[in-house]
Amino acid sequence: MVNVMTTTLDPRSVAVTVTDPELPMLTLDDLGVLRDVRTADDGTVVVEITPTYSGCPAMGTMRADLVHALHAAGFGDVDVRTVLSPPWSTDWITAEGRRKLREAGIAPPGPAPVRDAGPLPLSLGPTRRTASCPLCGSPDTEEISEFSATACKALRRCRACREPFEHVKEI
Amino acid sequence: MVHEETAYESLVHAHGDEGHWVFGTGFDDPLAGVDTSVPPGVDRADLGAYCLMLGDDALVLSQRLTEWITRAPELEEEVAIGNIALDLLGQARLLLARAGSVGELGRSRSLATGSVPDEDALAYFRDADEFRCTPLVEEPDGDFAHAMVRLLVASSFRLAVLARLRGSRDPVVAAIAAKGVNELTYHRDHAARWVLRLGDGTDESHRRAQRAVDAIWPLTAQLFTATGVERRLVAAGVAVDPSSVRDEVRRVLAEVLARGTLTAPPEPPDAEPAGRSGEHGPALTELLSTLQGLARRHPASTW
Repeated sequence: MVNVMTTTLDPRSVAVTVTDPELPMLTLDDLGVLRDVRTADDGTVVVEITPTYSGCPAMGTMRADLVHALHAAGFGDVDVRTVLSPPWSTDWITAEGRRKLREAGIAPPGPAPVRDAGPLPLSLGPTRRTASCPLCGSPDTEEISEFSATACKALRRCRACREPFEHVKEI
Repeated sequence: MVHEETAYESLVHAHGDEGHWVFGTGFDDPLAGVDTSVPPGVDRADLGAYCLMLGDDALVLSQRLTEWITRAPELEEEVAIGNIALDLLGQARLLLARAGSVGELGRSRSLATGSVPDEDALAYFRDADEFRCTPLVEEPDGDFAHAMVRLLVASSFRLAVLARLRGSRDPVVAAIAAKGVNELTYHRDHAARWVLRLGDGTDESHRRAQRAVDAIWPLTAQLFTATGVERRLVAAGVAVDPSSVRDEVRRVLAEVLARGTLTAPPEPPDAEPAGRSGEHGPALTELLSTLQGLARRHPASTW
């Protein structure tokens, strides 16, 4: 199939509107998954995305959503490429992304752990993560489970308002 | 912008009328758009074989972990195990795709139909004698203590190896390793906390945890012995010599066992890495019959 470009828009302005399949309140750009959008010499729109986790099952959907959105906006050939390096970090979630997470009742991540080249330390105690309740704002919260409905979230509970909530884990 | 009604529709849209490879991974080449050229001086066959060793360890352990879904002691643990297995499956997909990209496909390519991606051909159409995993990941779990002690040992080893592979001269392996390190760090922590909890728990949980340690230690005999492939790739700056991580892994395990009031059995004497050249026990054949049965019975199925 030959796709002929019928638009003068900046392709980036379209790609940044595509949302994450699992956190649909965030765009791929908010999440830091959208790494680059450019137009190659032959007119192909080249989009680079990076997986959050190695096993992220949503990459195919993200790819399809990007291609579909760019075609619908009148762009011709679209090439969505995976970039693996550097690995995605929650530090790449934008301020706007963090605001949207909080609004959706999901606690945004704190700063990602710094990992140097040496042996990686064990942490045998309860995790030292902290997160304020996205519903009432109380900092008095506890972890229920380190894993939740998606790989990127933990399950917590607020001791003040008693509501459970999800927390995007620092990685 | 236009939204598909469901994720399925968006996939249909992306793939036209080709239908879907039944095992659900044909959505996407995990290395799509990644530069898969091989650095100068690196033997392609060795690189492919090495990626299969790393990938098969992850694939087989992932399959063993998923056997706990619906059987774990708590609902949260099922979610945890599912997440950990998914991370390992993702690492396996990337590594098998890397092996395929350098032409390491063995007999699998002739058995799988043309539309099956390389990573799936490698996962579903190799026999046990073409798998290059280590015995540690193959044995079935008798009980949950066995699953957690094995996950502790396997993730400690894999984390130590992948941490070093971040500096591999193969940029694809280095990138896969850098992602994997972030994941394995919490896999190991999760398993270590369970081993602590079981070891330093009730008399029964302690007895089961110690039994698991005693059963798993002999399975590490091949773990730290380098194959010829690894030795050549170490010289080329691509691989890690497994014997170089032995002290670090032993230290981590000793710390967890001591905190869990468990006793480390004597180290098994180093054995030839037979698993890495395709020698396996009946447990792997049984696991593969579950993993591969559908793909082999209905090789061109779509959904």
